[in-house]
Amino acid sequence: MKSGRYKIFLGMAAGVGKTYRMLQEGHAEAEAGRDVVIGYLEPHKREETSAQARGLEAVPRREVAIRDVAVEEMDLPALLVRAPAVALIDELAHTNPPGLEHGKRYEDIADVLAAGIDVFSTVNVQHLESLNDQVAELTGVRVRETVPDSVLGSADEVVLIDLTPEALIERLRAGKIYPGENVQAALDNFFKIENLAALREVSLRQVAEDVESKRLVYSEVEQVGTRCEEDKVAADAPKAVGERLLALVRPQPSSQRLVRRAWRSAQRLGTGLDLLWVKPPGQAIEGELERQVTALRRLASVLGATFLIEEHDDLVAGAARVVRERGSTYIMVGESNPPKGFARLREPLPQRLMRATPPGVDVRIVAHRSLKEEGR
Amino acid sequence: MIEHFLVGLALLLGLALGFLFARRRRGGETEAVHQILLPFTGTEISRRAIDAALRLARAEHATLMPAYLARVPKSLPLDCAVPKEADRAMAMLEAIEQRAAAQDVPVDARIERGRSYRHALARLLDHEAFDRVVVSATATGSTGFSGDDLVWLLEKAPAEVLILRPGPADHRVLSVNGRPPAVPA
Repeated sequence: MKSGRYKIFLGMAAGVGKTYRMLQEGHAEAEAGRDVVIGYLEPHKREETSAQARGLEAVPRREVAIRDVAVEEMDLPALLVRAPAVALIDELAHTNPPGLEHGKRYEDIADVLAAGIDVFSTVNVQHLESLNDQVAELTGVRVRETVPDSVLGSADEVVLIDLTPEALIERLRAGKIYPGENVQAALDNFFKIENLAALREVSLRQVAEDVESKRLVYSEVEQVGTRCEEDKVAADAPKAVGERLLALVRPQPSSQRLVRRAWRSAQRLGTGLDLLWVKPPGQAIEGELERQVTALRRLASVLGATFLIEEHDDLVAGAARVVRERGSTYIMVGESNPPKGFARLREPLPQRLMRATPPGVDVRIVAHRSLKEEGR
Repeated sequence: MIEHFLVGLALLLGLALGFLFARRRRGGETEAVHQILLPFTGTEISRRAIDAALRLARAEHATLMPAYLARVPKSLPLDCAVPKEADRAMAMLEAIEQRAAAQDVPVDARIERGRSYRHALARLLDHEAFDRVVVSATATGSTGFSGDDLVWLLEKAPAEVLILRPGPADHRVLSVNGRPPAVPA
């Protein structure tokens, strides 16, 4: 079955109008004759949003008990049985209570898409995993519900709902975002001009990067319409125009040299840089490891690079997945220590990477300084 | 007879593995403890300061943490990317790392942003742990640290602070001012 189309409405903060816009587009689809239902809507007691939802069918929520308290959640099985053409599912970063099909709502959405249903959903930029620390530092508020960046990357379309900080504050003061008694507290904490300006910049940058990585290039062969079916699949996959660099890092000081080299190369090529750590599943990020991960995140932020963590038990498979998703054309890896024991029989990492990644992706090895010094 | 041989072999193997395991643990503990911070600004740093930091690091089996302090204008968000500053920092850090590698001193470098050098330093003090800080006081003040900054550092740094007096060899700097990094002497 063909997977549904995924459209995400991205905002810099609550109240910019993501849900409202999602509902507007839902209405437009319904008017065009498509079967549209609301899978889950969180109107936050906002009158404008509730009014916009009128006229659209909603799948009833289901009640889930958490420690004797009943909460309402999206009814995934009911939505799948209803099988509309388009489902509107608010707040994809939401964490489900225990006992439901998945821990997170974006995982529910994956099931809906897999059932061939188009999904419109919403998220704020601070929920993106790679930006979580950065946003926490900018605003002093840490968001607990995060989603992997790959969720945004997997969307067919990302719509940025942009609003100037001044206009957003105006909406807040007018009581359009929170009830009157909460407005002052919001103004004193999160909703400051400088916070919102910074978040807006982060959102704009995020979408610009997303657009860049999804830009398609078409071959001349395609234009004259003589491609075979296999070629068509390959040309439909996202390919970055120009180059994109990916450095495979580990959270340890020796990776910094690799990052420096990769950044220099990215500067010369005038292209974006991704830093990727393939984390073994279940490995806790704490203690020294946490310190090094934080250092890498901060370095990436200084350089304007993107730090990605991919959880995978196979380094090569994990890296290859990200290479395809990000449209990387160069992979830079650090020099490995000389193999010992049975590891000598294994194919070296660069060769394995070359075989696992799409044709045309170059692999470059950056020498480890201490190994060089030892060899002198 | 063969049983005695097997028991003896198992015993020897156990002892060898125990020795290796203990050595690795001891090694790990030593590496994790000591950090020596070497903050600097701009495109040059006194060689005396680097050498002093490296001597200390080597003697104490410590890791050197050279930290480039970058100023972010108020018109920009504090955590925005700073490619021009990063470019300077990269060259300096590369040069310091070369010098450290020649002396077998491990390096764990940082680039920290702030509205001023002192602000960047304060942010670094907030989230990094280290046992020593090495800074050089120069007569010209070209390192970017004012007398006030140094007094502030003495008060705030939760570590031993080593301030090097201005010296006759202070003209010898590691510089990457638009040129390739100086090759270590």
